[in-house]
Amino acid sequence: MHIHKYERWWMTFGIAMLIVFLVTLAVAAFSENIDPPSGMQAIDPTKVAQTPPFDHPGLRRLADGTYEAYYVAEVFAFEPPTLTVPAGKKITFYVTSPDVVHGFFIPKTDINMMAVPGWVNAQSHTFTQPGTYLLICHEYCGIGHQNMFAKIVVR
Amino acid sequence: MLRENRVVIAHIYTATAALVVGALFGAAQGMSRASAFTAPSWFDYYRILTMHGVLMALVFTTFFICGLSLFVTYRAIPRERRVTLAWIGFWVMLAGVLMAAIEILAGNATVLYTFYAPLKASPWFYIGATIFIIGTWIIAADIFANVLWFRKNNPGVPLPLPAFTAAATFLMWWIATLGVVGEMYFLIPWAFGWTHGINVMLTRLLFWYFGHPLVYFWIMGAYICWYNIVPKFYQGNLFSDGLTRLTFIMLLLLSTPVGIHHEFMEPGISSGWKMLFTVTTYGVAIPSFITAFAIFASFELAARRQGRRGFWQTVTALPWDNPAFCGPAYGMLLFILGGFGGLVNASYAMDTVVHNTIWIVGHFHVTVGGPVALTFIGIAYWMIPKLTGRALFSPPFALLQTRLWFLGMLVMSFSMHFAGLLGAPRRTAELSYLGSAPNEWLGYMLVAAAGGLILLTSIVMFAIVAIGTVVSNKKTEDMHVEFAQPLEGAEPAPPIFQSLFRWGVVALAAAAIVYAGPLLDMLHHPAFLAPGMRTW
Repeated sequence: MHIHKYERWWMTFGIAMLIVFLVTLAVAAFSENIDPPSGMQAIDPTKVAQTPPFDHPGLRRLADGTYEAYYVAEVFAFEPPTLTVPAGKKITFYVTSPDVVHGFFIPKTDINMMAVPGWVNAQSHTFTQPGTYLLICHEYCGIGHQNMFAKIVVR
Repeated sequence: MLRENRVVIAHIYTATAALVVGALFGAAQGMSRASAFTAPSWFDYYRILTMHGVLMALVFTTFFICGLSLFVTYRAIPRERRVTLAWIGFWVMLAGVLMAAIEILAGNATVLYTFYAPLKASPWFYIGATIFIIGTWIIAADIFANVLWFRKNNPGVPLPLPAFTAAATFLMWWIATLGVVGEMYFLIPWAFGWTHGINVMLTRLLFWYFGHPLVYFWIMGAYICWYNIVPKFYQGNLFSDGLTRLTFIMLLLLSTPVGIHHEFMEPGISSGWKMLFTVTTYGVAIPSFITAFAIFASFELAARRQGRRGFWQTVTALPWDNPAFCGPAYGMLLFILGGFGGLVNASYAMDTVVHNTIWIVGHFHVTVGGPVALTFIGIAYWMIPKLTGRALFSPPFALLQTRLWFLGMLVMSFSMHFAGLLGAPRRTAELSYLGSAPNEWLGYMLVAAAGGLILLTSIVMFAIVAIGTVVSNKKTEDMHVEFAQPLEGAEPAPPIFQSLFRWGVVALAAAAIVYAGPLLDMLHHPAFLAPGMRTW
């Protein structure tokens, strides 16, 4: 089948661009670990309140100076509703849900993930600017969804 | 011919009704979300949002594509035929839609059009949706039956291109809808209370196995028009018969194994699979590259035949006074924006910036609300006179309608994209968070609502033209339909691009292979079941 010369150029250009984009993403993923959140730990959604560490949600400091923040997302609130965290330290957020699917989103940061019943999701971020950040549920979860938010105070 | 036309008209007018009602709901949402008016107490944002999504994403698009595909198949394969199967498909689809719509309006299925478990809707909502899908399979069977009849009676003759593109679209649809029907296999018994829990991630995987090819079903519907019908509006030709068939074969193969790019931010799917789905999603951009070239080449060749040269002479040679042309043409412009945004969304970790923000809503309005809706509106302006024998009511009014839709969609989707980059979420009734939200979100929402009002004006005008054409009853004799032909002397497509059902088998195998990894991972992992609840 005859393919016009210009069309071959155009297709070569298009596919080359796709390859450039893919290589960029792959380099970021493999050299700097820029990956989407993919928590692989399962949890019984009917026993979240009895399962450590989600029985006491909140911030923990690890021996290496990084932090872990454990959250429960449930209709229509986050636990803990307010959390104070240090600036300039790496914080890994862990979230699960005992009821329906929720979102876990801190606008203008790297934190954007889904809280799915039956699973613990995880993602890390280092806050550089002190201030008060909004943590919101960004997946429809029911009648009170628009009021499901929490605050994170970075000091 | 009259019998054929009637069943097509039934589909097109059902689609039109869904579009008009869906747009009314959409405009109400836009204003309520921007706090442009105080919603009355009975106004249930999420119920209206569910209705808007179902009417636009499923009812309008599917009914239109079914009508369009039957139309091009019947006209490309002229013969004495019965249309019983198409009517059965139509009534089954309509019954399913009504069943689901009653449950939504009654407030028993405020689960949005994605119905993510463990939000637990009434079982009759899920059953209605399943019946609707089965109706589309009956339409597909009618199209396939016509293709087989042609093959049997015309050995060695290539299948006419319009029928080829319609059949490829419905083969893809059939493969994709297996996912959602599989999901219903789990949801229906659970909604009745016969099972006590649901594997949430499995239902999401099955939903998106269907959910993204659904998008390509819309796009293929628009491409059927762009390749077969639109060139006739500017006395143009099909750029290449072989490349058109290749495009539809690629869409058939590549549309399904992409759905996990909607699930990048979710637990329970490892990052390796997410990277794989980034690659496959990029692949489905290739047939759209071919299409972009073919369309612009076809414009240019038609302009050259009129002795015109260069960019501006080519652009001004196009029939910008014909609403049937302007709909698809403005849609093509919007699709350029939609395509770039889509590549961002599919880009693995980059999706973190935009996932579930209103950027995504801007993206799909500039795709399904742009190229798809504008193409279908424009083609309806051409098709309704061909079907009813009545002249289009006020073409200048229709022309203004397409311009307003283009403008409204630009205003609305641009502000949605910007607000999304600033972190405004999607799918919320309000954006204030008791006063803690940044002020700029609301400002963009007001602009988006203004765009929504322009769209509402435009859709009311569309309804006036659609109804006016029937009511004013001005006869036209011009019911003859010609489809775009390749340039004279062009070679026919190689045989490998002419077989269709064999490619269908390959497409099913491709979907199975790409999904096998994440699916087996999920089935091997000890998943806890979620009981589910009604949270509205």
